Amino acid sequence: MSILVYVENTDGQFKKSAFEAVSYAKAVADQSGNQVVALSIGNVEDAQLTLLGKYGASKVLNVNTEQLKSFVNQAYAAIIVDAAKSNDASVLILSNSFSGKGLAPRVAAKLNAALADGAIELPSATGENLQVKTGAFSGKAFAFVELTSTIKVIALNPNSFEVKEAETSATIENYSPSIDAEDFSTIVKDIIRATDKISLPEADIVVSAGRGLKGPENWGMIEELADVLGAATACSKPVSDAGWRPHSEHVGQTGIAVSPNLYIAIGISGAIQHLAGVSASKTIVVINKDPEAPFFKVADYGIVGDAFDVIPKLIVALKAYKEL
Amino acid sequence: MKILVCISNVPDTTSKITFTNDNTAFNNVGVQYIVNPYDEIALSKAIDLAEGGKGSVTVITVGDASTDATIRKALATGADNAIRINALPRDAWFVANQIANYAKESNFDLILTGRESIDYNGTQVGAFIASILNIPSVSISKKLDIDGRTATVEREIEGGKEVLTLNLPAVIGTAEGVAETKIPNMRGIMTARTKPLDVIEPIEVTQLSRIVKFETPEPRGAVTLVDASDVEKLVSLLHEKAKVI
Ligand SMILES: Cc1cc2nc3c(=O)[nH]c(=O)nc-3n(C[C@H](O)[C@H](O)[C@H](O)COP(=O)(O)OP(=O)(O)OC[C@H]3O[C@@H](n4cnc5c(N)ncnc54)[C@H](O)[C@@H]3O)c2cc1C
Repeated sequence: MSILVYVENTDGQFKKSAFEAVSYAKAVADQSGNQVVALSIGNVEDAQLTLLGKYGASKVLNVNTEQLKSFVNQAYAAIIVDAAKSNDASVLILSNSFSGKGLAPRVAAKLNAALADGAIELPSATGENLQVKTGAFSGKAFAFVELTSTIKVIALNPNSFEVKEAETSATIENYSPSIDAEDFSTIVKDIIRATDKISLPEADIVVSAGRGLKGPENWGMIEELADVLGAATACSKPVSDAGWRPHSEHVGQTGIAVSPNLYIAIGISGAIQHLAGVSASKTIVVINKDPEAPFFKVADYGIVGDAFDVIPKLIVALKAYKEL
Repeated sequence: MKILVCISNVPDTTSKITFTNDNTAFNNVGVQYIVNPYDEIALSKAIDLAEGGKGSVTVITVGDASTDATIRKALATGADNAIRINALPRDAWFVANQIANYAKESNFDLILTGRESIDYNGTQVGAFIASILNIPSVSISKKLDIDGRTATVEREIEGGKEVLTLNLPAVIGTAEGVAETKIPNMRGIMTARTKPLDVIEPIEVTQLSRIVKFETPEPRGAVTLVDASDVEKLVSLLHEKAKVI
């Protein structure tokens, strides 16, 4: 038996979430005395694949064909299913990323496997079953899901499990399962990625601003603050509804749920729907001119003050700190 | 074009989330239920696509009779008819099998879901349905155009977006950007009562997972306030105490 982990790449590079998934797979494998098999699909060089060994993979299956260079949901799912079967996988782990969310149910359905998505901790075994802690009610609660099927699928939330180095080294094998032509009916036309931007769901630090900023023209200081911190930018719902910022920045119950190490909320009141999506952040800083703003109740640090006064000063202070 | 929209009945976004029975069941006392906000986007898109006699919109939900109010809201918003599978939703696999079982007899061109439900936050039902029916799917779309038998979808990816095409029938999960959320008007509310709502009994599905308990997050300690004139203090707290920069 083995623990199979599917690792996603971005333009041939593995990101932190991929190493998190391998580290998690390694910890699951150690619980049951198994080995980790990592599966990579797409055009990834050996140097990158070798890195997976450092985090616990004993074997790396490399599927690298022209046809599979970009993500095709059905075809990728078919390959993962094939690899799970041929490696006798008892648990399959994926990142709960945008693509992972599309893959995990397909793979689980084909393997007759139960799926826990949004895992935030290592599973615990109860006999043959696994219990997995997942987020529920958009950050307002956690649910412990028991998986009772023979094969189990777990989709791991980004920023939930620490990357750990292991004393393994991986052998790399080229892997070429056969895939039905009908699994390629989805065709990718274009990929547009802002390469200079940090991806919000995976960011370590998030700088978020709300209606208190008054208008889109005032986001310069928010972006500068994010830049100094190496942070992703986010916003409250009314801000994206008004078109001040793109929808992809909207965090909260009906937006993206984030769990960074540091979440800085500027000019956001802290409505229950906003808090739902950000309360899993490890440290929360609130900057708001209203001392009664509900956000202060769930913050670790706060400044009562005018953002237009505080943020420029904060940028100066952070620059000075970075230069130390 | 025949469109099926999957509707989930969820607690209002302002609900306080608590549990009963030793934290094994959601406490629905005093909780208002609504159409899942992402499903409202799916429904609004379906209504746009079907507008002017170009198609029909069926909404489907898996739930007991207490979900009828939510279904009527969807009908009032503009769906033509509704199906309720008469069972408590046990997990996403159960729900998806019920919907797929209904859909496979009815030849829908397009099946829309919300990107996730705001209660269990799974992005599972849509892709499960697609997998059971063996048709393509996109789980989180921000833009959707249909031209004949081809759907062009913009889907979210980390740090950007991807544009892709797929053949109908397909299952698409919708997020903001796909459509402006519609709200029922007076006429809609009046006609909703006369639109068909068919109740169907569920099929057997092997249960593969179950929620054994819930937890609520630990409350945070009291906030440490820093004076607005002393931002350096905040920087040093974040560095030395919180260790996040
Ligand atoms: C079904 C539903 C779903 C929702 N989902 C979400 C969601 O996912 N995410 C989300 O964010 N919201 C969501 N909302 C909306 C939510 O209820 C709030 O309306 C929203 O979060 C408020 O955004 P805001 O804090 O930016 O604006 P406001 O509530 O208007 O707050 C602005 C804040 O800025 C402060 N301020 C003003 N000027 C300054 C200044 N110069 N300096 C510093 N501070 C200043 C004010 O004191 C105030 O606290 C949802 C609502 C509903 C009904």
